Amino acid sequence: MIDRVLPSSDIRPRRLARRLLHSSLVEALAYPHGVDRYVELVRPLLLARDVRAEVTAVRHQTAKSVTLTLRPNDNWRGFRAGQFVGVSVDVDGVRPTRPYSPASSEHAEDGTLELTVSTHPDGLVSRHLRDHARPGMIVGLTQAQGEFVLPDEPPERVLLISGGSGITPVMAMLRTLCEQGFAGEIGFLNYARSRDLALYGPELATLALRHEGVRVARGFTRARGSQLGGRFDRGHLSAVISQHADAATFVCGPPALIDAVRVVWAEDGLPEPAVETFAPPALRFDTDGAEGRVSFTVSGREAANSGLPLLEQAEDAGLTPAHGCRMGICNTCSCHKTAGTVRNVISGATSSAGAEEIRICVSVPVGDVVLDL
Amino acid sequence: MSSPAPPTLTPRQLEAFGQELDAIRARVVADLGERDVDYINRLIRVQRGLEVAGRGLLFAGFLPPAWIGGTAALSLSKILDNMEIGHNVMHGQYDWTGDERLNGKTFEWDTACPADQWRHSHNYMHHTHTNIVGKDRDIGYGILRMSEDEPWRPYDLGNPLYAALLATFFQYGVAMHDVEVEQIAAGESALDEEKREKLRGVWAKVRGQTLKDYVLFPLLSGPSLPFVLAGNATANLTRNLWAFTIIFCGHFPDGTQQFTEEDTENETRGEWYYRQMLGSANLTGGKLFHILAGNLSYQIEHHLFPDLPAHRYGEISDEVREIRERYGIPYNTGPLYKQFGSVVRKIVKLALPPLPALPGLRRSEPVLDEPAAAPARSQKPAPAKTGARKLPAAKTGARKQPTPKAGTRKRVAAA
Repeated sequence: MIDRVLPSSDIRPRRLARRLLHSSLVEALAYPHGVDRYVELVRPLLLARDVRAEVTAVRHQTAKSVTLTLRPNDNWRGFRAGQFVGVSVDVDGVRPTRPYSPASSEHAEDGTLELTVSTHPDGLVSRHLRDHARPGMIVGLTQAQGEFVLPDEPPERVLLISGGSGITPVMAMLRTLCEQGFAGEIGFLNYARSRDLALYGPELATLALRHEGVRVARGFTRARGSQLGGRFDRGHLSAVISQHADAATFVCGPPALIDAVRVVWAEDGLPEPAVETFAPPALRFDTDGAEGRVSFTVSGREAANSGLPLLEQAEDAGLTPAHGCRMGICNTCSCHKTAGTVRNVISGATSSAGAEEIRICVSVPVGDVVLDL
Repeated sequence: MSSPAPPTLTPRQLEAFGQELDAIRARVVADLGERDVDYINRLIRVQRGLEVAGRGLLFAGFLPPAWIGGTAALSLSKILDNMEIGHNVMHGQYDWTGDERLNGKTFEWDTACPADQWRHSHNYMHHTHTNIVGKDRDIGYGILRMSEDEPWRPYDLGNPLYAALLATFFQYGVAMHDVEVEQIAAGESALDEEKREKLRGVWAKVRGQTLKDYVLFPLLSGPSLPFVLAGNATANLTRNLWAFTIIFCGHFPDGTQQFTEEDTENETRGEWYYRQMLGSANLTGGKLFHILAGNLSYQIEHHLFPDLPAHRYGEISDEVREIRERYGIPYNTGPLYKQFGSVVRKIVKLALPPLPALPGLRRSEPVLDEPAAAPARSQKPAPAKTGARKLPAAKTGARKQPTPKAGTRKRVAAA
């Protein structure tokens, strides 16, 4: 269990202890398990390699979300606004990992990061965090990943468009730019179902007041009373930005929002905006109508999902994954799935959409799947 | 080995048999949860605690009680690490937890064998081809003659000696298992790049283990150096002997069946279960015994469901036994001394050339918990109808000889 409360004086490991942990002598003495596997049993944050974080504050902006402030241990290498981290928590014996985009500025002085987790009706991790997160809780983190980030050279204009829980990565971008004293123009179109479910409303208003170049407009898609009135359309752009054609544009939200923005950009002959969506794929159970694509990240290959077990699809793509029995027994073919849903052909069970180990000889993709092969 | 013929089941019976076992599996899988994770995490904590305590005590190893306590704790640590934790985690029994520390693909264990090579030689070769002479290299590890189907050679006179050596240095025997070094020595297989790569892996692992147990900890202990060295060597030896004993009781006690490759062609799932059941043997004992045995004392349940958490095997064993009784399939079990005794007898007996077959001569008694070989007819499923096959054709008294490659003396077990 990593879910345990520690006095906060224990969080910051002393330098001597850290130097000791990283020494090759100690690593050789702890062979083959590694130092962390011993230390974590007594001090879950004082680790040589693994990233863990302590929850230091918990607040509820809306009834369907929880906002956590996390203080990672010294192994955390920071993130760029827009990236995501894998968060693992123990839930009834399993330790699922789910990607969340920090919403905080990448320059936070105290090294903390803020996650706003929106709950889904059957979201294992999101519901667990909403109901059980409290200061002192320890969670596992991966290092930050993702290409949905601001360009290295600051652009003249930045346009941020978010829908629902998709606000988090673009909120991080807005906060980061404001903290950097960004001199250009920032437009932010923020859509939510209703005022009650809108995230970061007061802070967006404050940032727009304090920073001259920042303009924010909100739209409620299922309630009255918003400035924009309903879903995204071309007319909303002028409310926040002088011209969208040359703005570095970042869109995060449900597929419908992304599609609507893409249509406008295509009509104007503009290059695709940077987009990200958190929506899980629709589940399809018929094997005849196999859909989606299978991506093999290590080899860089990709193929249309043929509906066959992933081991066969990998072989058809010219790969030679390690495998043994080809019947789900020996675990030799077990492989890391980074994204996508699979169905176990023996049990018929459908996996989660997150990162996990699967036996590719008995797993067929349900939609898009990304494998470390 | 001569055993009563296992019952002949019709394809339909075998299918129903397989479905009943699938149902057990599905029920356990549906029930997996916090209890299993708490169990394995508790065991890991105990093992790491024993290891730290054992190594700590050995620093005071000049005091006899500290040496004995430290050596015992370290021995237990290595046994738990290798068996109930390592072997079972590497089967992927806890992959469903999503916890990277319990990931069967990446776990390493405190023994000379590199985990990735073990996953191939054991999880795949042994568990898929269980007891198929010529394919399952666990039959004698390529060193011992453990089957009458392997032609006798004068070399085999040393069978008991080789067994004693294998038991003593078991971790290294296991480490070299996947390299198939005995085939290279016999000139039957080339030392190609794949084998070299495996050897490099073995060397890296052995170096790490040796550095820790025989160089760094002894040196760090200063004046206690000889005591730490002796304690670590004893702990490794204790683990070797224990692991050898438990593992050899899994498939070699009297009554276990061996198979040929032809027997198992186009095997169905029911037939596969049937072979696993006939080829494995259990050990009886208390709870602590089962934990120390890595629950391989439930070898039959383990071979039916290698990827279910092993601490569940005891819970389902009554059901498995009930099913095999209904189908009249022998369920081979007994206490350690009895099962291991029959293994030792087999090792000694197979050192000698086969006796000429005399009608009516029984060469050994099957060790069965009850006379399951001749169950009451009424309990058995309907007798085989026309078209019944002998599935899978388990090797029994009158069996065909395997067909070693013409003109060679290749040991079948090493093929």
